[in-house]
Amino acid sequence: MILIRAIGLTLLFLMASLLPSNAAEADLRAIIAKFATATNFSATEAVVRELAATGDPLVERPLAALADGDLYVRKADSLVFVGKGGGDSVELLDPLSGEKSGEAVKVGITKIKVNNTLRRVIRDALGTLTLRAKDPAVRIAAADTMFKTPDAANIEPLDAAVANETVATVKALFEQARAASVLVSDRPEADKLAAIALIGARGDRDALSLLTSVETNSEGAVKDAATAAIGNINSTLALWDAGQNIWYGISLGSVLLLAAIGLAITFGVMGVINMAHGEMVMLGAYTTFVVQQVIRTSFPGLFDWSLVIALPLAFLVAALVGLAIERGVIRFLYGRPLETLLATWGVSLILQQAVRTIFGPTNQEVGNPSWMSGSFDIGQLAVTWNRLWILVFALGVFAVLLYVMKRTPWGLQMRAVTANRRMAASMGIRTPWVDALTFALGSGIAGIAGVALSQIDNVSPNLGRGYIIDSFMVVVFGGVGNLWGTLVGAFSLGIVNKFLEPYAGAVLGKIVVLVLIILFIQKRPRGLFALKGRAIEA
Amino acid sequence: MRGNFLTITKMLSASVVAAGLLMSAPARAADDTIKVGILHSLSGTMAISETTLKDAMLMLIDEQNAKGGLLGKKLEAVVVDPASNWPLFAEKARELISKDKVAAVFGCWTSVSRKSVLPVFSELDNILFYPVQYEGEESERNVFYTGAAPNQQAIPAVDYLMSEDGGSVKRWVLEGTDYVYPRTTNKILEAYLKAKGVAAEDIMVNYTPFGFSDWQTEVSAIKKFGSAGKKTAVVSTVNGDANVPFYKELGNQGIKAEDIPVMAFSVGEEELAGLDTAPLVGHLAAWNYFESVDTPENQKFIADWHKFIKNDKRTTNDPMEAHYIGFNMWVKAVEKAGTTDPDKVIDAMVGVSVPNLTGGYSTMMPNHHITKPVLIGEIQADGQFETVSQTPGLVMGDEWSDYLPDSKDLISDWRAPLSCGNFNVATGKCGGKGTN
Repeated sequence: MILIRAIGLTLLFLMASLLPSNAAEADLRAIIAKFATATNFSATEAVVRELAATGDPLVERPLAALADGDLYVRKADSLVFVGKGGGDSVELLDPLSGEKSGEAVKVGITKIKVNNTLRRVIRDALGTLTLRAKDPAVRIAAADTMFKTPDAANIEPLDAAVANETVATVKALFEQARAASVLVSDRPEADKLAAIALIGARGDRDALSLLTSVETNSEGAVKDAATAAIGNINSTLALWDAGQNIWYGISLGSVLLLAAIGLAITFGVMGVINMAHGEMVMLGAYTTFVVQQVIRTSFPGLFDWSLVIALPLAFLVAALVGLAIERGVIRFLYGRPLETLLATWGVSLILQQAVRTIFGPTNQEVGNPSWMSGSFDIGQLAVTWNRLWILVFALGVFAVLLYVMKRTPWGLQMRAVTANRRMAASMGIRTPWVDALTFALGSGIAGIAGVALSQIDNVSPNLGRGYIIDSFMVVVFGGVGNLWGTLVGAFSLGIVNKFLEPYAGAVLGKIVVLVLIILFIQKRPRGLFALKGRAIEA
Repeated sequence: MRGNFLTITKMLSASVVAAGLLMSAPARAADDTIKVGILHSLSGTMAISETTLKDAMLMLIDEQNAKGGLLGKKLEAVVVDPASNWPLFAEKARELISKDKVAAVFGCWTSVSRKSVLPVFSELDNILFYPVQYEGEESERNVFYTGAAPNQQAIPAVDYLMSEDGGSVKRWVLEGTDYVYPRTTNKILEAYLKAKGVAAEDIMVNYTPFGFSDWQTEVSAIKKFGSAGKKTAVVSTVNGDANVPFYKELGNQGIKAEDIPVMAFSVGEEELAGLDTAPLVGHLAAWNYFESVDTPENQKFIADWHKFIKNDKRTTNDPMEAHYIGFNMWVKAVEKAGTTDPDKVIDAMVGVSVPNLTGGYSTMMPNHHITKPVLIGEIQADGQFETVSQTPGLVMGDEWSDYLPDSKDLISDWRAPLSCGNFNVATGKCGGKGTN
C-alpha cells in the first residue's frame, strides 16, 4: 500500500516536474473538491492531510482560508471557493489562484466547518509548507509551530531550511525546531543530548513544556539531561516571575492612578466626597465609544486616531457634567460631608440610569487601535501594548496635572483657596469660581481616564462602580491633598496586590490589601504623605 | 419624558425608600386579564443581562395575546425592578403575588436572587420560572427550572474536551467568579474529573471577585500551568462583566484556542457583543441554544425579536430560549388545567412538552427540570457561535449531582404520592440534604 502510494507520489512528482503546474494543479483541484463531500471533521481532516502531503506551496491559500473559516462550498455545483467579505453577499475567489470567480449570496453557499483540532492540523501543515516563505515573520511563525509540534518527519525539511537560511535569528529558531523534532525521533542518544542542550538554552515556557514531556517519555542519560535542563529553566523562570509580578503591579498601579487622580483633586484638594467620580470615568469611556462609532461610519481611515480624538472630547464632556454637578448640587453642601456623600451617590445613580436609557444596558464595544493590541517579549516577560501605553499615559496625565497645580496662576489660586478660603477671598480671588473650575478639572481628568480604561475594561453603565472604592483607597492611603502621595499610593497598592495574588488568589489578596490599609490608617490617619498646616482641620 | 420619569422612580425605589414609594404604584386592573409577573433587574449590575429577558417576556406575552390570549382572557405583564438587590427580589416577589395577584412569575438570574425569593414562593404558593443555567442541588415545588442543570452543560462540556474532537485534554484549569454557582459547579467538576482518572496536580482551581478587571496574573498563571507538556484547557465559570477583560487579556497574551481552549458556561452572544472577537475564534461555550442554530423555529424567533425590539443587531441567547420554553409550557399547562390556580398548574406542568428552538421538544420532568440538547459552540469572528458538537439526544436535567457525596442518593419527584424534592433513596425518607 505504502509502496503503491510512494510510486504514485513519485510519478506525480515526475509529472509535475515535466508538465509544470497544470497537471499538479488539476490534481490539487481534485483533492480540494473532496472538501465538498466531507461531512464531518475527521473527513475534512483527511482531505487537509492529503493536501498537505502534496507538499505543493499552492495549497497554502486554501488551507489558510479553511483555518480562518473562509472556505465555502457552492450549493449549486459543489465547487469549493475562498469567500471574502461578510454581509449577505460573499465574493468568491478561486482556491488556488486567488482570482475572482463571481459572487454568491450567503444562503447559496455552505461554510466548511473547522474546529480547534482541525486548526491545529492545518497550522502544522502550513508550518512545513511555509519554511521557505519570503517574509521572515512567516518563517519565524513556521519555526514556532514546528517547535511546538515536533515530528521526526520534520528533521529533513528543517535541515534543508537551516542550510538555506540567511537571517541569523530565524536560523537559530529553525535549529531549535529541528532539535525538538530530534527529541521525538529515534536518533542516537548523542544527537538527543545535543538537542536538549540547545532547547535548554532557549529557556522559555515552550521549551519547558517540551522537556517535561521528554522527561516522562525517555530514560537513561536523556532523561537526566532533560531533568537538569528543566531545573535550570525553572530557576531562571522564577526570577522572571518576580520581574513579571513587578511589571503587573506597576501596570495595575497605573490603572489605579488614572482612576484616582481626578479624585485626588476633588476629594484630595477640595475635600468633596464625590461618589459620582466613577460615573465621570464612565462618561469618558462612553465618549470614546461615540467617537469610535462616528469614525467607523464616517471616517474609517482615522480609527487608529480615535483615542487621541476622544481625549479632549472626553475631558470636555466630563468637565461640563462635573461643572453642572458642582453648580447644581455640591456648592450648597460645602462643609456637610454626609449630605454631599448622599447627594453625589444619588447623582451617580441618575447618571448610570441615564446612560442605560440612552445606550442600553448591554456592553458597548470599544475597539483597540492597532497600536494598542498584542504584546512583545522582553526575555520571558510578555508586555502587552495596551498596558504599556496606559502606564505612559497615566504618568503623562500626572505630570501635566502637577504642572498645572504648581506652576500656573490657576493652580496657585486653587491651592490658596484650599489653604485658607477667607484669606484667598480677601485677596480678590473669586472662590466660588475656583471651586467650580477645580471640580470641573477633577471630573475632566476622570473623563480622560475613562478613555484609557475603555481599552481594558467593559464599557457598560456599571464601569464606574468598579473603580470608586479603589480610587478612594488610593487617595486616602497616599495622603489626602497630596498628588505625589496618590502616585506612590497607587503604585505601592498595585505592586503589593500583584505580589499577593499568585499566593493568596485574587479574592483573598484584595482582602489582605484592605486589612493592611485599615491597619496603616490606624497608625497614620493622614496617609503616606500628610499635608502639614491648617488646611486639613478646616 | 414619561419613560425618564419612570426610570427615576425606579431608581429611587432601588434605594432605601423603595417599599414606601411603591405602595401607591399601579392601580388594579379589571379581572378579565391574567397577570404574569416579570421579576428581572432593570437597574444595577445585573441589568445588563436581565433587561433582555424582560423584553423577551413582553414579546412572548404580546404574541400570546395576538393569538387570542389564554382561557379567553388577555395576558397582562406586570414588570417590577428588583434593581440587582437580592433582598429586594423577595420584597418584589411578595408584591407581585399578594398585591398584583399574578398567576405566575418569570424571573431571577443569579442563584442568590433565586434563593432569596424561594421562601416567598412556597409561603404564598405561586410559580416561578427560572431561566438561567445554575449549579443544581435544589428542587422546589413552586419553581420550574428551565435553564441547564450541571449535567446539561458542565459535564457534557468536559466530556467534549476529553474527547479526541475536543483535543483530548489532560490538564484542567477551573477558573470562576467567587460565588455559589462557580463554586458548586467546580466542586462537581472536580469530583467528576477525579472519577475519570485525572490526577489532583492536573487540576488548578482559581476564583476572582465579581467584576474583576485585572487578569494579567491569572492569565499568565494559566499559561504557566499549560506548559507542562500536557494538553490543557480552561473551564470558565467567570460571570458577567469580568469576561470581557478576561478574553481581552487572553488575546493580548497570545493564548490561542488551538493551544489552550477556554470553555465558558456564562458567555453568550450578548457578552460577545461587547468584544472584538477576532482574537477569540475557536474558544468554546456550552449552552442549550445558540443564535446560529439553523431551524425554522429559531429563525422565526430571531425575526420576531428583531421586530419587537426594533433593532436588527440585538442578539438572542440561551436564557431567552429558556423563557420561551417555560412560557409556552406554562400556557399549555394552564390550558390543560383549565385554570391559572397555581396548585393545579403545578400538577399539570409535569409531562408538558413544547417545541424548543433547536429543532426538538423539551419536556417538563417530575423533578421540575426540563429535557434539553447540549450544544458545544466555537466563537466565530462575527461574534456568533458555531456548533461543533451536539449531544445525540435530549439530556434530562439532574438536580442532585451524582458526583457529590452529599447529594448522590437524593432524587426529586413532585408527582403524588412521592411529592418530594429531596427524597433519599438510601434511607427511603424525604428530606435529605444537599451541599448548599
